[in-house]
Parts: sequence; C-alpha cells; structure tokens
Amino acid sequence: MAVDERIQQSLERAAESSGTPDIRLDRITKSFGDIIAVDDLSLEIPRGSFFALLGPSGCGKTTTLRMIGGFEEPTAGLIYLGEREVSGTPPYKRDVNTVFQSYALFPHLSIFENVAFGLRRKGTRGGNLKGKVEEMLDLVQLSGYGKRKPRQLSGGQQQRVALARALVNSPRVLLLDEPLGALDLKLRKEMQLFIKRLQHDVGITFIHVTHDQEEAMTMADRIAVMNEGQIEQLGTPDELYERPQTAFVASFLGISNLLTGAVAGPDEVRLEDGTTVRVRNGSLNGRKGRVAVGIRPEKIRPDDHDPNRLPGKVKERAYIGVSTQYIVETPNGNITVVVLNDRPGTVPLGPGDRLTLSWDPEATFVVDSLEGSA
Amino acid sequence: MSFFHRHRGLTPYLLLGPGIAWLAVFFVVPLGFLAYQSLQSGNFDIGYAFTWSWGNYWHAIRDYHAQFVRSLEYAGLATVLALVISYPVAYWIAFRGGRWKNLLLLFIVAPFFVTYLIRTLAWETILSDNGFVVNTLQSLHVLGSSGRLLATSTAVVTGITYNFLPFMALPLYVSLEQIDGSLIEAAEDLYASKLHAFLRVTLPLSLPGVVAGTLLTFIPAAGDFINAQLLGSPENHMIGNVIQSKFLELTDYPAAASMSFILMAGILVAVAIYARIVGTEQLTGTAT
Repeated sequence: MAVDERIQQSLERAAESSGTPDIRLDRITKSFGDIIAVDDLSLEIPRGSFFALLGPSGCGKTTTLRMIGGFEEPTAGLIYLGEREVSGTPPYKRDVNTVFQSYALFPHLSIFENVAFGLRRKGTRGGNLKGKVEEMLDLVQLSGYGKRKPRQLSGGQQQRVALARALVNSPRVLLLDEPLGALDLKLRKEMQLFIKRLQHDVGITFIHVTHDQEEAMTMADRIAVMNEGQIEQLGTPDELYERPQTAFVASFLGISNLLTGAVAGPDEVRLEDGTTVRVRNGSLNGRKGRVAVGIRPEKIRPDDHDPNRLPGKVKERAYIGVSTQYIVETPNGNITVVVLNDRPGTVPLGPGDRLTLSWDPEATFVVDSLEGSA
Repeated sequence: MSFFHRHRGLTPYLLLGPGIAWLAVFFVVPLGFLAYQSLQSGNFDIGYAFTWSWGNYWHAIRDYHAQFVRSLEYAGLATVLALVISYPVAYWIAFRGGRWKNLLLLFIVAPFFVTYLIRTLAWETILSDNGFVVNTLQSLHVLGSSGRLLATSTAVVTGITYNFLPFMALPLYVSLEQIDGSLIEAAEDLYASKLHAFLRVTLPLSLPGVVAGTLLTFIPAAGDFINAQLLGSPENHMIGNVIQSKFLELTDYPAAASMSFILMAGILVAVAIYARIVGTEQLTGTAT
C-alpha cells in the first residue's frame, strides 16, 4: 500500500544525516528517439537549498525536473531522493511535489479541495485536514478563498494556490516548472520575492526551472546553467556572473563583452588589433592559443583611469534612467558600456564622439574562444 | 452601417431573428398542429373534427403502455451500452491517438456515410438464423441449437446501440480531448494512483461529454422504430413502431399524435430526473 511506503519514506528522511543531499542525479541520460534531451548529467542538490536549473528552451532543464518528479524515466543513470534510488517509482509514490507551469489546478474542485487533494490521498481526514489546509491557505495569503473555484481567482492567486497545494504535503523537495511564466512583469517580481521568502520559512528544498536569468539570480542560492543537455556551470549567482567559465554562461547571464585574442604571457592576452591586455591573476588557468577575454559592461569606464585601455567611437547611446548604455566601436569589435547616471550635470557622450575605454584586470574573466560569438 | 449605429440595441434581436423564425416555423407551428390533432376524433373516411377528445391519451396509455415502457427500457439500455463501449474508445483516441486522432474519428463516423436503413439491414444479415454469428454461438453452446438472435430484444438493443454510437462517442471525445494532460500529472503528483486520478479528475471533467452523449443517444433512440421493425419481432416493438403504423398505415392521426405527446412527456420526465441527478451545470456544460 502506497501510504505505508510514504511513512517509510518520511522515517528514512528523519534518519538520514543532514549531509545527505536531498537529490542526487548520477549520470542520467534521457533521449527521445534520436534527440538527446539530457546528456550524462550528474548533480547533487543539498538539503534546504533553493536551486535553479537555468537555460534556454530545449536545454533539458524541464526534462531533468520531470525525471525527478517521476513523469519521465531516464534512459540511463540513477536518481536518488535522499538515500533511496527512485528509478521506476511512479510520481504518486515519490516524496516530491510539483508546481506546474500552467498551475494545473483542478477546475472542478474548490480551492480548499485543490489544496486538500494530496492530504486526502495520504489519509488525512476531518479537523486535522481542515487545519492543515487553512494554515497553508493562510501562509499563501489566501485565507477565506477556500470555497471559490480556480477560475474565480487571478493568475497570481492561482499561482499561490498551486504552491499551497504542493507545500501542504511537506514534500522532501518542491519542483517548480517555470512557475512565473504566465504572470505579468510586476506580479512576477512580487512572486519571486514571495516564493523566496516562502522557501526560507518552510525550509523545504526548492528546485526551480527557468529560462529567465534575472529570476534565477533573484531567487536561487545555487544555479546550474544548462546547455544542450549538460550543465555548463554550477555555482552561486555571483560566481556565475563574476567568473563565468564558458562563453555560453558569460552571454546567457547578463551582457558580456568577449574580446578574442591569443595568450601572450602570464596573465596577458594580445587582442586581434595587437593591443595587449592584462587579465586577472591565474584566470588563464594554463590556457594557450586563442582565448576570449570577458568584461561586464558596468566594469568598463569611459576614461583612461584603469590600466587596460582601448580607443573607440560611440556608435549608439541608450538612456535607461538609472544608467546610460553605450555601444562603442573599437578595433576589436563593438563593446557595450554601461555608465551609472550618478553625477548630475554630466554632459553625456553622443554618437560619433571618440573616447578611451579602460578597465581593471581584476574585473576580467577568461573563457575558451568560441567561433561566431561576439 | 449607420442603421446599426443608431439602433445598437436591436442588433441582438436581429441576430436571433433567423433562429427564432426557424424554430417558429419548423418546431412551434407543427407542434401546435400536432397538439390540435391529438385532441380530434373521427376517422380517415368520415374526416376528423376537433372535439377536445382527451380519450385519445387514455386509450394510448391503456392499449400501449407496454410499448412505451419498452421504448424507454431499450433506449436506456442502448445508451448505457453505447457509453460503456464509447468511453474507452474516446479516451484512447483523445489521450493516445496522437497524430492518428482525426483518422480514428473518421473510422467511428465512416459507417454513417451509408444510410440508416441499409446499415440496419446489414445487421439483419449479420444476425440472421443461418449467419456466421448465430452458427458460431450455437457451436459454442452459447445459443441452443434452435436459438436465434434475430427477432429478439438483444438484436433490437444491439442495433440501437450500434446506430447511435457516434452520438455518444463524439461528445465524449470532445470533452476528453479538452482535458489538460498536466491535470492528470498533477493528480499523480499529489499521490493519486492512475485509477484515482481517473476517478477524481478525468471522469468528473468528462461529465459534460457524458451528459451530452447520453441525451443525444437516449432521446432519438426512445423514438426509434427502424431497429425494432427490422431486427425484432412484434413482441419487441417500440412505441415508434405503433406511432408509425397509426400514422402511415391505419391513418389514425389523433391516436398517433397523442402517443407522440406522451412519448415526448416521458422523455422530458426521464431527462429531468437525469438532470437532477447529475446537476444542471453538467447539462449545460458550464462545469469547467
């Protein structure tokens, strides 16, 4: 009987040492016919973390999530929930709940019954059930909405019902599949902070799938950037932003200027026009031959203050309010520069103006040169 | 254009106009005439006169209550059979049909390119005393050596079920096809086994299709006479057979008209009870 099995699972959960990761993926591969959606991927997700799988559509992030949820079986490899290997275990026997992209609220059931669905299946009844559901509706700020039907609620409210319906079961892990995709920008920002706070309060491991780098960086403690079925880089948001290890990660998270050149000495790279620039100590990491030097737009100054310098000519200017973004033409291609508008009265540069760009070697990162990337 | 701008309030009525006119000419007027006729007395030779002859109704019930009850019985049985047969088929096409969906639906409808009468005559051949089906059933001792299928209630109900199957299968398919697959995944995610997910999510969400299908099957089936005539014996005759013979053979128009009204009332009562049980929300399809 499934109920016994779940009791067994929660006992196991309690007995595990706190160092056991909640989820461990061991070399999983998933192919659909000729298409390999997830390619030999290994991953550990520590207990209590807010983890994001970030990547463009088709990178395998949703497939990975669906394999953890039990909706897809891996073609090869093993999935562990805690210490238990769960391949072949159907979704209804896994100690995991999902918030679906379209919320998937049951349209024929009231909000109360939607939230109570999992508890009823687990055998919770009567006052206990009512108490748990109402406590959870309260937590997502929807107390008093129990009698309504899903269609009577706004998108943001439906989203919160979906969260309540999953969390009320106190799963080991909560899976969120692009949960904010259907909301407008303002509500999305609100919900990002709401979900982050909720995760902090309930202490359950959240795995969040998204293609929105800003959303992932706002919400997650750790992010795995995925591309073509593999993890390109795994780290905290600032690690990924400040020290991207591949050209893909550098361009997927925020704007990056990648200048191609050849290694010219310890911590030195000769760019295509012959200019030699210094990079952060050790960032070449033994690389030889062609590399790309990356600098974030906000770390480049429109003057000659810093040691790495390049001459250029303003091509375009966009005033964004808090900052102004320039596209500057240089012998090494176009460079994007963002200048904070924090000094009133400064006369902005206009298209055609010549200037010198400079940056600190500490602000650079190095990735392998990728043909065709900017 | 300017007319519609000046009389914007009229637009809904103008749009309703053709439909209302159609209903008035082809439904209300004939129904009124039928009601008028059902209270006439006389016969074909001396002519009919309107005499408030309520006796037509009492005679119909007294002489033919067996056929009335049989009609509702056969129609009800055929409806249940059609539902039981169609639901798995519609379910399979909706959820597993993939790119073959439309072709599979065409297969369900395909026999209906042949006329009703011919299809029923085909069943007469299939079920005939020396046919393959009867011979097989006899050799398997399901039927006795003199047992037959033709001219039995089994044959009539089988025929009705077959003839009205698409009216059940198509609405079922439509309501099942609309169900978002992620709802079923959500149920399984919330610890429901496949069976529970079906009972708690798929089945309730397909109820509008069940209701539409049962009504579209039951109502015409209750008035059917072709199946009973071709596949049944006089013991299997339904009220449709009686009405048909009164109208066309015996030219007893008042009796036939009053029976039509009784049948209509019977169906309305049956549908009303059904609606009370399943709820009017399902009946109008506003449940989702």
